[in-house]
Amino acid sequence: MTVTHDPTRQLAASGPLVEEDLAGHRFRVHRSTMTSPEIHTMELERVFGRSWLYVGHESEIPGKGDYVRRPVGGRRVFMVRGRSGQVNVFHNSCTHRGAMVCRTDRGNAKVFSCFYHAWSFNTDGDLVGVPDRQAYGDGLDFSALGLRSVPRVESYRGFVFLSYDPDIMGLIEYLADAREYIDLVVDATGTPEIISGTNEYAINANWKLLAENSIDGYHAVSTHDTYFKYLVALGTDLAGGVNGTARALGNGHAVLEYAAPWGRPVAKWEPLFGEASREEIGRLRAELVDRYGEVRASRMADTNRNLLIYPNLVINDIMAVTVRTFMPVSADRMEITAWELAPSEELPQLRQRRLDSFLTFLGPGGFATPDDIEALESCQHGFHSGGVEWNDISRGMAREPQANDEEQMRAFWRRWNEQMIGETR
Amino acid sequence: MTATADAQSVAPTPEVGRIDSVTREQVEDLLYLEAGLLDDWELDTWLALYTEDCRYVIPCNDTPEGDPARDLVLVDDDHLRLSCRVERLNSRRAHREYPHSATSHQVTNVRLLPVEGDELPVLAEFVVWRFRGERSYSYAGRYHYRLRLVDSRLRVASKRCVLRMGSLRQVSDVAIIL
Repeated sequence: MTVTHDPTRQLAASGPLVEEDLAGHRFRVHRSTMTSPEIHTMELERVFGRSWLYVGHESEIPGKGDYVRRPVGGRRVFMVRGRSGQVNVFHNSCTHRGAMVCRTDRGNAKVFSCFYHAWSFNTDGDLVGVPDRQAYGDGLDFSALGLRSVPRVESYRGFVFLSYDPDIMGLIEYLADAREYIDLVVDATGTPEIISGTNEYAINANWKLLAENSIDGYHAVSTHDTYFKYLVALGTDLAGGVNGTARALGNGHAVLEYAAPWGRPVAKWEPLFGEASREEIGRLRAELVDRYGEVRASRMADTNRNLLIYPNLVINDIMAVTVRTFMPVSADRMEITAWELAPSEELPQLRQRRLDSFLTFLGPGGFATPDDIEALESCQHGFHSGGVEWNDISRGMAREPQANDEEQMRAFWRRWNEQMIGETR
Repeated sequence: MTATADAQSVAPTPEVGRIDSVTREQVEDLLYLEAGLLDDWELDTWLALYTEDCRYVIPCNDTPEGDPARDLVLVDDDHLRLSCRVERLNSRRAHREYPHSATSHQVTNVRLLPVEGDELPVLAEFVVWRFRGERSYSYAGRYHYRLRLVDSRLRVASKRCVLRMGSLRQVSDVAIIL
């Protein structure tokens, strides 16, 4: 790499922030990427301002006028199904003098009325009500005062994304080889929906630690010992291990794909699910084979996928399917929102097993996620301890990357570096 | 079960004749005993206060009415999973809780509702303080208990903790027992 006058460079004493030495089998990331407030500020613009970011799932707003409100990329927006059924995402700000027009996290509305001066807007954003309109002159163009859409909104198989960069490539091109993995999740679940109940938590650690952690096969055995003990206590056979592969999918996306040691509600039975559901899971599996053939069906049913869509969406299709997004508040803190995705028409007993599978491992009350939180906060403390300048992410550089290697993280970091430094090697 | 005997020897709950004659004071004794056992990290003894068919549930912050059979919740433990939770927290390998937080479970506004069958529904407000490292966290909400008599002693058949906080952003997780 050539040294430029980019200020981010100067934060790392020895030059680049991400350093790849193929001959030396060494990949390392400078720890200032995790702690520097300047780098955090740049990320907001260069990463979050120039990527496709997950907003929500279309199943959250099935009917016209249904809406959800949430911050995306650190900005308050809301997603609403408009009058002709299309998905709109608006900046949550009245065009008059600024107040938020959407004031609850979810619901249904025909109009969004600003309580401050009572300007109101329909679900397509048109300004439809202004009290004392006669007080304005004829020259003022009210049609130009509709709610502002975010620059770009596109959706892929129900997953709605936005970008604040009007010139960004289309979503399909952006997703690159990650599409195949979204397809696997969606095809296996038929018509997926987001289940009610949201995990909204926070970690006092840099957001990129969760990007790494979400696709980290190496930590599972050491960090999550108590979870595996729980599975064994319930009769799960873990002898098969978590063997599989890691793959870079282009544009920073990456995936782990590995054999599931645990049961999967679509469609791998295990004793924990109970005898009663064995037949139904067998039927689901036969359906998948009918529709997609033995090879693809087995991939859907028997393998786990930990999928990272760069920069901050994780779709983990493991013992249940979680959709997780996270956003830095500062270099040292992130907020996480996670949902569970499931087939909309699922037998109650299978839904119960799926919910059980999810919450025992995943989520802030589970047997695993709290320990990940601890690990990430521990790393953040470790960075501030100083003395060590670099994180080592070299695992698997000298072999075909396995699911417990770190190639998938390297893919993330290469793209991050490209966006931050504005240079490709 | 031997753990039950432990619970009585460490901190006996009084004998009670009939579920419909239970007083608020007797219920408060049980709730305070439970709070004390949790704060002292006497989790095996604590678990003995629960019936064999118990449920311990915490809905997600945004769905206080959440049904564990249909909706995603934060915690949905039956007795087996609850004992696994206790074993995990006792193990030193529940990294988020090793070393353990110092907690203070505070229970107030105890209200007895009319008996339903053999169960006494009880509402109470809680604040649980949690201190770990340099951080302090507080959880506030309402307990929905269902109490039952087992061998003439009050036991918890169900405890549902409905959080008042809009999210877990300020507390990170619910690795402790509320």
